[in-house]
Amino acid sequence: MSRIEKCFERCAAENRKALVMYVTAGCPDLQTTEQLINGITAAGADIIELGVPFSDPMADGPTIQVSSQKALDAGTELKDILAMGGRIRTKTEAPMILFSYYNVILAYGTERLAAECAALGIDGWLIVDVPLEERDELLPIMHQHNLSLIPLIAPTTPPERAAKIVEDASGFVYYITVKGVTGARTSFKEDPAKKLATLRKLSPVPVVAGFGISTPEMAAETAKNADGIVVGSALVKLTLQDKSPEQIIKESIEFVSNLARALIK
Amino acid sequence: MNKTGHYGIYGGRYVAETLMPALTELTAAYEKCKKDPAFIKEFETYLQDYIGRKSPLYLASRLTEHCGGAQIYLKREDLNHTGAHKVNNTLGQALLAKYMGKKRLIAETGAGMHGVATATVAALFGFECEVFMGSEDIRRQAPNVQRMYALGAKVTAVDSGTATLKDAMNEALRNWITTVEETFYVIGTVAGPHPYPEMVKDFQSVIGTEAREQILEKCGRLPDEVIACVGGGSNAMGIFAGFEKDEQVKLIGVEAGGDGIDTPFHAASITGGQVGVLHGCKTYLLQDNDGQIHPTHSISAGLDYPGVGPEHAWFNDMKRAVYTVIDDKEAVEAFHILSRLEGIIPALESSHAIAEAMRRAPKMSPAEIIVVNLSGRGDKDMQSVVEYENEVNK
Repeated sequence: MSRIEKCFERCAAENRKALVMYVTAGCPDLQTTEQLINGITAAGADIIELGVPFSDPMADGPTIQVSSQKALDAGTELKDILAMGGRIRTKTEAPMILFSYYNVILAYGTERLAAECAALGIDGWLIVDVPLEERDELLPIMHQHNLSLIPLIAPTTPPERAAKIVEDASGFVYYITVKGVTGARTSFKEDPAKKLATLRKLSPVPVVAGFGISTPEMAAETAKNADGIVVGSALVKLTLQDKSPEQIIKESIEFVSNLARALIK
Repeated sequence: MNKTGHYGIYGGRYVAETLMPALTELTAAYEKCKKDPAFIKEFETYLQDYIGRKSPLYLASRLTEHCGGAQIYLKREDLNHTGAHKVNNTLGQALLAKYMGKKRLIAETGAGMHGVATATVAALFGFECEVFMGSEDIRRQAPNVQRMYALGAKVTAVDSGTATLKDAMNEALRNWITTVEETFYVIGTVAGPHPYPEMVKDFQSVIGTEAREQILEKCGRLPDEVIACVGGGSNAMGIFAGFEKDEQVKLIGVEAGGDGIDTPFHAASITGGQVGVLHGCKTYLLQDNDGQIHPTHSISAGLDYPGVGPEHAWFNDMKRAVYTVIDDKEAVEAFHILSRLEGIIPALESSHAIAEAMRRAPKMSPAEIIVVNLSGRGDKDMQSVVEYENEVNK
């Protein structure tokens, strides 16, 4: 059984929904990111999306744009993020997913990256700009190294297309709750409940919902119709504050603990 | 190109899932419209009566004499309504948006010519229009910003990244993701996800079709060389389209060399880049070893882009076209020479193509023929030229 499967099984056994947290690696610096991830996995984050910064994050809102630029300005490179992932793996069994744009993956070399991820205990990739139509150039490499390529489903995805996307999914499926870019919101314009319910029927693997979730209340509400929820920008905002790393980590742990508590049924 | 929009390894549809259904819808609508006689007739009527096509093919005899070699013909896209080739494409896409029942056009722009051309057709057909433009470009292309306002468009300044064309395109994509159902994204070049590279080429191919007929009429034979500047590459692909099957015609794309191809400050993606994925397609990109996109530089805002249309990447690899580099200095020289010898002030973008023609013509015989795509006029560039010269004369 894969680390991701075990994770969702454990959540189910503990009668709660999975909490997936996105972190921009290297914002404000990699050392802080490492301590932050160790802290939030201990505080209830079940799965970590390791955001690999890209200069042109065109599906991201201002928060992740700024955090990506900050990480790049701090000299963050993918090889250092991978090494950090390896160190984190010695402390936690929480699945880790690289979250980025295709150009960063291509530049590193897909084969090389897949082999290194497998060796270091990184469980999969989520690549924002590789849709169904282009994923065939990646899937064989991912399968070979037992990595999951996490597919995205949008509110605009018609059901027939969603069925094709999730057909042979491994790991989990990520449902984008809003028509828009990433970023914390205070409410949803359209209730994602109905589309999530349809998707959960279609999907052979768990479905998590993300984009815009910023509070424990929104997390609890969205989680009713999903196997887990993703929070990104609201956490990244904390890491962008002009405060000491200790204070940032402390506030992040508090924030994640509150989210985790909201997900217990 | 295959059915999924790949040119060899290039092209494709590397976009966020939210946009995929919109691209599928767009592809289907475009496939239908391009075979629809009513659509074709409406497009052709506007090309003629509104844009003023066909554009002349002009023998630049004083420039030819100055160079002392091949005859240089200019395809006068600068004489189109709005002053550049860009409107051929925005007209086609706006008509398509009308057929699809969309209410709102968005566009990215660098030099502002595509923004003006989009604002123009938005006014013509009654669309709401928002143009995304880097704040650095807003500064150096102020006259075009005023034109967009006059045409009723909203101009949104983009401060992220390098505040130029690539960042404007990021922001336009973000806006499209957010408003995808009512919005038609009018991409200005032969880049972006499928079907844009194909569609923009089709709408711009009128340049090459006309130029081929005109040169046959005037000279009784095909040209030896066809030269055009390449940023994203729409004017080049438009004129190349008329000659790509004529294997004896050499196609030459001219990239922006900025401060020089051996410096970090240029925008020559094919000559100085590596293969990657940006803005929906796989192509040559200016990037570092980690896949981060490089800031680019060119005196010409319209060429200041780190990528290039995927079909150009393919033409390069297949050796169907060659891609050369002209730097800022050479482009400004050509700008002055054409202005003074022919009474034509070329856009700084097109000045790169003129400079390449001036480099090649003297090595050719007077019996040989070069066709240059004069893609736009230079009124918008007076400020950039003055600033450049003040800097050089310091």
